Amino acid sequence: MKTIEVKNSFVESVNTDFEVRSLDSVCINTSELKHPWWYNLKYVFAGLAFGIVLVKTEVISWFRIQEMFRFESFHMYGVIGSAIVVGATSVWVIKKFRVKTIHGEPIQLYKVRFSKGQIYGGLLFGFGWALTGACPGPLFALIGSGTTVIIVTLLSAIAGTWVYGYLRDKLPH
Amino acid sequence: MLEWIKHPWPWYVGGPLIGLAVPLLLVFGNKRLGVSSSLRHICAMCVPGNIQFFKYDWRRELWNLFFVAGITVGAFLAYSVLSDHQPVQVSPRLVMSLEQYGIHNYSKLAPADIFNWSQLLTIKGFILMIVGGFLVGFGTRYAGGCTSGHSIMGLSNMQWSSLVATICFMVGGIVMANFILPYVLRL
Repeated sequence: MKTIEVKNSFVESVNTDFEVRSLDSVCINTSELKHPWWYNLKYVFAGLAFGIVLVKTEVISWFRIQEMFRFESFHMYGVIGSAIVVGATSVWVIKKFRVKTIHGEPIQLYKVRFSKGQIYGGLLFGFGWALTGACPGPLFALIGSGTTVIIVTLLSAIAGTWVYGYLRDKLPH
Repeated sequence: MLEWIKHPWPWYVGGPLIGLAVPLLLVFGNKRLGVSSSLRHICAMCVPGNIQFFKYDWRRELWNLFFVAGITVGAFLAYSVLSDHQPVQVSPRLVMSLEQYGIHNYSKLAPADIFNWSQLLTIKGFILMIVGGFLVGFGTRYAGGCTSGHSIMGLSNMQWSSLVATICFMVGGIVMANFILPYVLRL
């Protein structure tokens, strides 16, 4: 009896943690596996490749972002469009053939819940994207590529995230 | 070959490679492509305050911080080793219209005339770099994701909510770039 109670409370604590973690996040870890920290090194290599492509395609360029929003070039639309085509095809293959992770877990994909935040937050992020010429990935890439002043922009973005967390209960969702 | 790599890559090379990040992260360990969450994990790790939104086990999302560390180093390599350091080639229309705001320097990916330390505390620099950054952090979290999380991962998984978010990103950006930014650049 006692062991069951302990087990239940364990499950509950994990679930609350997951609930909080998954608030307003598309991107969360749903893997139940626990690994030593150095298993995470493979994500450094994934990031490395991602960072190289972001710089080489110039999607982190303020100029390219202005071109996109002013409809003066096809470049950014081509990049984002073809990325979605490849991503969607991969997701289709993963679902169709029930592909597993390299650790043998089934790959899970789930629905993104609608909230009004996607409208209000989306518009606010759009303003910030056009001002800085960068979304969060490019902020890191710009710093790496030597525009060091973007460190301040990144800190400001972290502050923005914190203020959102602080005000979250008062905002419409 | 190396010569080719050093030039900027066309969209039909870079776009598909960006798309491949989606299956790569899923196969590595059930991770969904996204970057803005890293900002939240940094808050949860360093300044959680007493805020419910930051009270979770950020150690389980450490992978995301390793990922953004990789992005930073990858960008460094791309710029220092894999680049021919030619000015960014943009449409002549953009060059002409930026000319009138005193933006002439295309040597870096962000205009060096504005995005530098000495401009940071001018009104223009403050709005572009600090207010802009704040909106990026606040907006992406409010929307639940950024260009990678919603526009690439979410749309790859055919999510309506991500489509709504992506349309709003674009509308916000179009309004800012065409109707508000010209006034900011004149400051």
